[in-house]
Amino acid sequence: MAFKIVVSQCTQCGACEFECPSSAIKFKGENYVIDPAHCTECEGAFETQQCASVCPVPKTCVPA
Amino acid sequence: MSAPAISLESLVSNNSFDQLLATAKTAGCASSSCGSSAKPDEMDSAVWQKINDHPCYSEEAHHYFARMHVAVAPACNVQCNYCNRKYDCANESRPGVVSEKLTPDQALRKAIAVANEVPQLSVLGIAGPGDACYDWDKTKATLERVAKEIRDIKLCISTNGLALPDRVAELADMNVDHVTITINMVDPEVGAKIYPWIFYKHRRHTGIDAARILHKRQMLGLEMLTARGILTKINSVMIPGVNDEHLIEVNKWVKERGAFLHNVVPLISDPAHGTHFGLSGQRGPTALELKTLQDRLAGGAKLMRHCRQCRADAVGLLGEDRGQEFMKDQISHDVSYDASRRKAYREVVARERGDHVRAKSQAVATVKAAGSTKSLLVAVATKGGGRINEHFGHSKEFQVYEASQTGISFIGHRKVEQYCLGGRAADAALDEVIAALKGVDIVLCAKIGDCPKDQLAGAGIRAMDVYGYDYIEAAISALYAAEFGSEPVAAKA
Repeated sequence: MAFKIVVSQCTQCGACEFECPSSAIKFKGENYVIDPAHCTECEGAFETQQCASVCPVPKTCVPA
Repeated sequence: MSAPAISLESLVSNNSFDQLLATAKTAGCASSSCGSSAKPDEMDSAVWQKINDHPCYSEEAHHYFARMHVAVAPACNVQCNYCNRKYDCANESRPGVVSEKLTPDQALRKAIAVANEVPQLSVLGIAGPGDACYDWDKTKATLERVAKEIRDIKLCISTNGLALPDRVAELADMNVDHVTITINMVDPEVGAKIYPWIFYKHRRHTGIDAARILHKRQMLGLEMLTARGILTKINSVMIPGVNDEHLIEVNKWVKERGAFLHNVVPLISDPAHGTHFGLSGQRGPTALELKTLQDRLAGGAKLMRHCRQCRADAVGLLGEDRGQEFMKDQISHDVSYDASRRKAYREVVARERGDHVRAKSQAVATVKAAGSTKSLLVAVATKGGGRINEHFGHSKEFQVYEASQTGISFIGHRKVEQYCLGGRAADAALDEVIAALKGVDIVLCAKIGDCPKDQLAGAGIRAMDVYGYDYIEAAISALYAAEFGSEPVAAKA
């Protein structure tokens, strides 16, 4: 139960990082990475996954 | 009138300021319609204080002062059909495009490096990619740090408006006194064709629903800024067949809500940019369509006509971009701000501008006195300072002025490929320059060779360098009087 970021598509705008209610997204090295241990898919917090909803590139923030 | 004893160019290069200042010309020898020109009588002086050295808000100031954009806020809450975030490129010059994103600390170091090197610098803006109000923590950190180090710099941001109402109070607290909102519609039906989705209150909204929310937030944000006395510029992207006619309505709405300036910019659309509009074949407007619309809007909110649609990391005067000189790896970790060059530059500009304003008003009077109903379209090669001071072959753009019975107006610019590179002229480039100058009667430059001059003449365009280093309006008025005046006038003062 987690989302992941397709690195080759990511523009590194960082919107997902501050929308994430679980602080599961961090900029590591040169990319944003979702920590599956912290990702809740926003369950209990929001109706839709915040990272995937705000991501400007289609099919870039997807179920792992 | 002759060339100034001290040129602004010399101040911009590394010379001794004291010496230059001591010889600064004070003796004296004007009016453009775009943005704001020399302080108009009806303008309140508090407003004038805010815009008199802002190149985007004052057409007159854009001859003297430079801006820098720092790309610190890349996250965005609106998807626009003219934007694709994946295609940023160093060789392209258009809004939203940057070569590198900066952290607030890197942006501060860059601002100091630029302020030390570019004395014309007067404004630091955050203009994408992304939205300054949505990616607020980074915007705020940058503005606070820069304001602390470079106290006399003007701060501005641009935004799509969606998150703006949440930030107005803090913008006011930080003395941000210029905000640009991109408003492309006031009718959600039109908006639905421009914005596929927005991210608002933790979810994605699409279609009419999205456009309706965005519209409400934009109007609320504009009203809140007006209430606080923050000057607003409205940028509208002109999209033929989608919102071109509709922008007349937009102009009315924003004027009623206190917008200071309305800047209609042409859609930039190319399949290679990967945008929805680029890929779907939506075209941008022609120069003539843009000017026709701008002319129709002339009675509403004041129009900006000197916009160059610069990159989101542009540095320098509006017609130039020195951004590539100030990339992250070129800036040392230890930079400290030295205010002396900017201070010296401003002192000279203050004197030079008084002189320029007098020359301009005299020129306008001359043109009006000619009593002619004819108009003259003049393209000018300039590198700033309001003078004809660029060589024809070195120009990357020409500023176009129209002289008519109403005076002398700046009406826009024409971008060209530099015709002369490293002393060698390229004929193919000259053909393109001639094409770009279509409709222009006269070209004024500091220097031009016989060959390009003859070729321009063949295309019906007269090019001359006899007015080299004169004030632009003074030269145009002399030409106009010689051409259409009822009494014989000396060709050159």
